[in-house]
Amino acid sequence: MPLQQDEPRPGAPVLRVHRLTKTYASGARTLTVLRDVSFDVAEGETCAIVGPSGSGKTTLLGLCAGLDDPTDGSVELCGIDLGPLSEDARAEVRNRYVGFVFQTFQLIPTLTALENVMVPAELRGETGVLDHARALLEQVGLGDRLDHYPAQLSGGEQQRVALARAFINRPTILFADEPTGNLDDETGTAIERLIFDLNRAAGTTLVIVTHDLDLARRTGRIIRLKGGRVVSDEPTGVPGAVQDEPVEEGPVEEGPVEERSVAS
Amino acid sequence: MWWTFKMAWRDSRGSRRRLLLFLSSMVLGVAALVAINSFGDNLRQAVDDEARTLLGADLSFEDDQPFSEEIEALIDSLGGEQSRRVSFASMVLFPKTDLARLATVRAIEGRYPYYGVVETTPPEAAARYLTEGGALVDKTLMQQAGAQVGDSIRIGGVTYRIAGQLEKTPRESSAMMLFSPRVYIPLARLDTTLLQRGSRAEYEVYFRFEDGRDAEALQEALRPRLREAGVGSDTVEEIKENWDEGLTNLYRFLSLVGFVALLLGGLGVASAVHVYVKQRIDTVAVLRCLGATSRRTFGVYLVQAAAMGLLGGGIGAVLGIGIQTLLPRVLGDFLPVDLAFRVSWPAVALGVGIGVGVTLLFALLPLLGVRNVSPLRALRAAYEERGGYRDPLRWVVFGLLAAGITTFAVVQAPRWIYGVWYAVGIAVVFGLLALTARAIMVLTRKFFPTSWPYTWRQGLANLYRPNNQTLILMLVLGLGTFLIMTLYLAQSTLLAQINVATEEGQPDLVLFDVQPDQVDGVVDSIRAQGVPVLDRVPIVTMRLQAVKGRTIAEMRADSTTRVSWAHRREYRSSYRGALTDAERLVAGRFTGSVPPGTAVAPVSLEQEIARDLEVGLGDTLVWDVQGVPITTVVGSIREVDWRRLSTNFFAVFPEGVLEQAPQFFVVLARTKTAERAAAVQSAVVQAYPNVSSIDLSLVMGVFDAIFSRVSFAIRFMALFSILTGIIVLAGAVVVSRFQRISESVLLKTLGASRRQVYRIMLVEYLFLGVFATLTGVVLAVGGSWALAVFVFEAPFQLPLWPLLGTLVTVTGLTIGIGLLNSRGVYDRPPLEVLRAETA
Repeated sequence: MPLQQDEPRPGAPVLRVHRLTKTYASGARTLTVLRDVSFDVAEGETCAIVGPSGSGKTTLLGLCAGLDDPTDGSVELCGIDLGPLSEDARAEVRNRYVGFVFQTFQLIPTLTALENVMVPAELRGETGVLDHARALLEQVGLGDRLDHYPAQLSGGEQQRVALARAFINRPTILFADEPTGNLDDETGTAIERLIFDLNRAAGTTLVIVTHDLDLARRTGRIIRLKGGRVVSDEPTGVPGAVQDEPVEEGPVEEGPVEERSVAS
Repeated sequence: MWWTFKMAWRDSRGSRRRLLLFLSSMVLGVAALVAINSFGDNLRQAVDDEARTLLGADLSFEDDQPFSEEIEALIDSLGGEQSRRVSFASMVLFPKTDLARLATVRAIEGRYPYYGVVETTPPEAAARYLTEGGALVDKTLMQQAGAQVGDSIRIGGVTYRIAGQLEKTPRESSAMMLFSPRVYIPLARLDTTLLQRGSRAEYEVYFRFEDGRDAEALQEALRPRLREAGVGSDTVEEIKENWDEGLTNLYRFLSLVGFVALLLGGLGVASAVHVYVKQRIDTVAVLRCLGATSRRTFGVYLVQAAAMGLLGGGIGAVLGIGIQTLLPRVLGDFLPVDLAFRVSWPAVALGVGIGVGVTLLFALLPLLGVRNVSPLRALRAAYEERGGYRDPLRWVVFGLLAAGITTFAVVQAPRWIYGVWYAVGIAVVFGLLALTARAIMVLTRKFFPTSWPYTWRQGLANLYRPNNQTLILMLVLGLGTFLIMTLYLAQSTLLAQINVATEEGQPDLVLFDVQPDQVDGVVDSIRAQGVPVLDRVPIVTMRLQAVKGRTIAEMRADSTTRVSWAHRREYRSSYRGALTDAERLVAGRFTGSVPPGTAVAPVSLEQEIARDLEVGLGDTLVWDVQGVPITTVVGSIREVDWRRLSTNFFAVFPEGVLEQAPQFFVVLARTKTAERAAAVQSAVVQAYPNVSSIDLSLVMGVFDAIFSRVSFAIRFMALFSILTGIIVLAGAVVVSRFQRISESVLLKTLGASRRQVYRIMLVEYLFLGVFATLTGVVLAVGGSWALAVFVFEAPFQLPLWPLLGTLVTVTGLTIGIGLLNSRGVYDRPPLEVLRAETA
């Protein structure tokens, strides 16, 4: 369905979070997870949301992506106010403007790598995305594993597929939730590199939720959360992007499937 | 739309074998419906095709006395080809073995049947017996008597050579033969003394019109004259309608029995889809994250369910067509025509349609949850859906289910109200089973036996832990057990009813058509065999002439007056001085005797017939006792226990009124053994050929045989429910296999032995089996008690051993299937499972 009245306003920030509050009912008590959070993210900016466990990072990410309704405040994504939209309309906004990378990869187990990558484009009704999907998988170094199922791939490989999937619709903004949280250091580093590299190439706005400060410092800006509030919002000194060498050709070396690292 | 189909196909990968198991629970239900409905269509088609052979002629008249001169003149004037047939019950005697039996004798003159054939062994006997003056004797009777073609048979004073054995006759099914075996003889050689007044006979004339006359129109034109004369008539169309109605009722009833299998299958689908959807929640959440609307994700699984229903329906239809070939064997005894095998496409479409409908409706319940899966789940694995949220659409689905089941039942049931009762009954049984399951879960938890050994506690706790199978197994096993046991108990109750007849002090041999001058002789010859005579009951045939001062003819002429069969029928009344122990006075005073010549005698009426006649105490009734009017007044109303196989009457006169009327006697005796019964029958029939007798133990045998065949047909259909129950049971166990594997691997990691792991499972299935079967048995006992008390009005029978046997068998089956499906669970490597848990 075309988003006629939801078209983004030109020049507006890609993400505008305004006085966002989220509370949950926990038995008889009300639990406030986020209080009065506001910030903007401009087009092409990279930013990290950091904070200790339970600080509200993931909740904030969910609200930014329209996965949940705020208790108060508003979220504008690509100039579209998500508040008045139905859940289905928000799903369409996501499909059009948003890419996702999850901590637990979240590939659909019954689809091959190639099919997983194509899902967002197919949902849009696009045809002829096969070549694009294949090219993306080759770009992340999985050109020879197109027809493998998630269970046949290592954790790092699964996250690469997820990355390719995130970029298939040429998103305006990419949300990454602890993208390396389930990977060992070496694989995690390789994935980080890929994220920033693909991001730079596509000019995508990037919002990463992480508790890994090293990763956060590679973005242009760090928003710190504590107890549901923004306690600091500072540039890292990195001018908008990472100062990293380009991604190496070919797959990053990882252990065999049996020895892949998994969360315990 | 295309994406939905593509995604449905891709998403089913890796689960297709499991999906096949889900759909297999639908297969048998659809098969049962297709088989029985296709069979029913065939049957109606065959009846339509062979309608003329069912009557054997174009038109027939019948009367219970020789046709009057006026009707004879009418018959003459109609022309065409004509045949006569006189049928009556009579004892037949096989001199070779000295065996006497009651049979329906059909004395025939002419070439009847004109359509269809009388099948005999040898085949030429069907034509020869008429010219030779021989007899055709029913196959079963021949076997009972040990008689062969060429032997002789005596009916009344005439002996016939048995020309052939009767295999099949038009208009009569094998079941009818069981009730009363047939003997065909030429009318010309009939011993007419057997047709004296008082003996019941049916006089028929059959017409065949070669000139293409419209028999329906002719019958319509003649109807007033025939009715006036008390003559019945039949045409091909009428016979066809009668059979159509009876057979349609039969197969529709069986179709309702079969439908239970489909409902059970539906439950299986619901439980399987429930688990399936649970495993797909993450996929749904990811799709929602990636921008799929709730309608599209819902569509993916709806398409899968529809495909499952369609495939299940298709396989079921094919299987049903196969089973259809078996049905003529199951129901053959009740069919008047031979059936050719033909696939009824409307029945196939109906079966597949209902299969898909039931699958979709039952799948919808768990599928609705897909609409409410939050995309947040992709971010937080532990994200809980809104607790306690009940989708309001659930009620719409429940409503659709209830409406669907009721509509089907109403359409299939012979009367709409039965359909409603069927639906209500299903709802009540399902409701009670679900309620019991809930109660078991709550009570087990509340009164948990903490002192039991570990494995027993684990197994018992599995009944209420998350993802338990208590509800589904309760429904499936409970319903299956309930169905089978209700059938069994109802049959026991009915058969026990007839057994009452063989109790001490009750007659077991009834001799009837005994003429007044024969009574003493018959009694003497019975006593000569050492058999006590219990009673001799006079019977006088009469009709009603006037009720409450209006003649029946006047009432018939008045269109505002209701004239029922009770007004028109022939009554066989008796007179005696006291009530019997099968009777109870409900109104008035019973008068045992009146002085001879009393002008208006008080008569005692049975309460139902009094209601039909709309008469009460003090109303006058004028009886036409074979030409003589006798005026009576209703003096008392009685309730009669008709189940006693003794002589009961609608109207009982006091002594002093009917003694001079033409009458015959029924003599009741107690022989105790089959040998003495045979000896008495043989002795009496030789001395008094017109006297007929019924050995009640034989009647009971016949009733038992008929009931067994009917219940076999019902059980055959119920079998589909049982098998479906087993499939659903197996499905439920397979579906929970992964959870069991992970549980037992955890236990194994923590140090549990193989023995302990399997014992936990054994205990769980033991409790599930016992609880579910016990509930089914208790419901069956309750249901058949209600049937016995309210429908059969009979004392309830409770055979303990079969109930216990069922309990042990079904529980054993549950444990067996449970453990069989769980084999190898302990041997799974822990890492594989622990990894799958977190991936």
